[in-house]
Amino acid sequence: MSTLDSTVAVGASALTRPVRVRLALAVGGFGALAVATCLLAPLVGSTTISLARVFDRSIPFSENVDAQIFFIARMPRVLAGAVTGATLAAAGVVFQAMLRNPLATPFTLGVSAGASLGAMTAIIFGTAIAVGPLSIVPLASLLGAGLAAAIVYWLATLRDRAMSTTVLLLAGVTLNAFFSALILFLQYLTNFAEVYRAMRWIMGDLDVGSFQPILAVLPLVAIAFAMFALLPSSLNLLSVGSDAAAARGVNVARTQRLAFVSASLATAAAVSLAGPIGFIGIIVPHLVRLLVGVDHRVVLPASALFGAAFLVACDVGSRTILAPLEVPVGVITALLGGPFFLWLLVRKG
Amino acid sequence: MLRGTELSYGYASDRGDGRSFSLREVSVDVPRGSLTGLLGPNGCGKTTLLRLLAGILTPRHGSVALNGRPLASLSRREIARHIAVIPQETHPAFDYTVMEMVLMGRHPHLGPLQLEGPADLALAREALSATGTEHLAARAYMTLSGGEKQRVIIASALTQASEVLLLDEPTASLDLGYQLEVATLLTRLNRERSVTMLLATHDLNLAAALCDRLVLMREGRVLAQGPTNDVLTAPMVRQLYGVVADVRYHEGAGHLTVIPVSRER
Repeated sequence: MSTLDSTVAVGASALTRPVRVRLALAVGGFGALAVATCLLAPLVGSTTISLARVFDRSIPFSENVDAQIFFIARMPRVLAGAVTGATLAAAGVVFQAMLRNPLATPFTLGVSAGASLGAMTAIIFGTAIAVGPLSIVPLASLLGAGLAAAIVYWLATLRDRAMSTTVLLLAGVTLNAFFSALILFLQYLTNFAEVYRAMRWIMGDLDVGSFQPILAVLPLVAIAFAMFALLPSSLNLLSVGSDAAAARGVNVARTQRLAFVSASLATAAAVSLAGPIGFIGIIVPHLVRLLVGVDHRVVLPASALFGAAFLVACDVGSRTILAPLEVPVGVITALLGGPFFLWLLVRKG
Repeated sequence: MLRGTELSYGYASDRGDGRSFSLREVSVDVPRGSLTGLLGPNGCGKTTLLRLLAGILTPRHGSVALNGRPLASLSRREIARHIAVIPQETHPAFDYTVMEMVLMGRHPHLGPLQLEGPADLALAREALSATGTEHLAARAYMTLSGGEKQRVIIASALTQASEVLLLDEPTASLDLGYQLEVATLLTRLNRERSVTMLLATHDLNLAAALCDRLVLMREGRVLAQGPTNDVLTAPMVRQLYGVVADVRYHEGAGHLTVIPVSRER
């Protein structure tokens, strides 16, 4: 399998800089972009507010309408976008390296289909139930995602301790199709209003309403990112080949397990928060690789930061393109992502 | 230096009765500083033996010892600091630069969150210059020719700074010119840096030219091992491949040469 000829885009000199320099530049650049996007995105909306007024300390918060709109009405949605974007982009990087396949996405292995089936089941059968302040839908989607990941993991390790990437891919694709069939079956049995709610969930929605749902998934996201931090140099070698990795001191079976569990956990958390927003996990890593090269020690943190900025920007688009109507953000990312994916495919030959 | 004792191994698809093992009670010795050749027909277990000696596979029976210490008692990183492996071909899934590929050799010497420092970069540059690939440092690995790729992989193994190099048919996919280039490089590394090497190959003449010792394998067993001039004989070639061959000393080349004459009937 060939890959992007990234050197053409960047020029050789940028890629021969020591990795610590490239890492600092990438984190600085994409970090600044992410922060700027998150500060500017809440300014866009039906009521115009000023950033200067928002941060004007002389006005008490209770009287500062701009600050209230900024922090209470709009910030949760922006943060949900940032968390979801960062998590899906990083999970995409990890899955692509682990599967040695640049076209893999966080949803390739069936995690999102499992989450959708879980959410769907909850929407149809258990809307009245709530666990504490949380609705049952995210919990059910988390459970569905976990179930899908567990089945795929079990199948891939059935014959050998080291995972077979072929079995992983085939099992994932099959599970995706199977769960999608179950989702259609459930839809067929249900009344129109619930089908509409379920469809809306599957399109992805960052309008989480408050900080509560974000705080609920944050521990899962934090655990996943702590695991991601241990992976990049092993992922570099794993993407060269599992024997090559083992011969250079990588514990292949352990790295694959860590990669699979962390990326599945991240995907499950993101999907339970915002629904299965597609294509972030493939567009963002590829754009980042065009800019910073393919070393995972740079690509992983850079993709997380750019993923945050990218999804927040897409969400601004979803709120403004047909305003006052809202286009589901999953539709925006798919409209951008579909052609991008095909372009990648053709370009790679 | 590196010694395998009564190694047996069967893949998951093999039947577990021992008779279908890919490797049966193989004992090999790779002395320090030697350049040992590993010969045998397709499927005789050469690659399996290399993977066992590198600790990538764990033997069902028997053990591998590195400088007298059992491999099983060492971590993957510790093994990789002593033993490097060069496969027949390397196909990375992403477009790494040559410098990145070479620096990956430092992996067993760095902590999980540690990035390479100036000393690692110096080692990588030295390895690039030893393999004549400095001018390729900024190039994308995938765009190189077969011979350049293999020299870069050797540079990556040198950056690993291990005393032992296990090579699995490193010249199999190369044309005659590149074969000679890689062969010359290996001899030089063996002599100048006293890197101990075990080289699996199908090319009897390459083995005769490079190796001071040979291990001959057939059907998962060792047929013979010893100094090249003692082991590489016409009867041995006949027993190993079922081929009648003319084995003689070539004055110009300065080593034994093997000319296959006919298939044994």
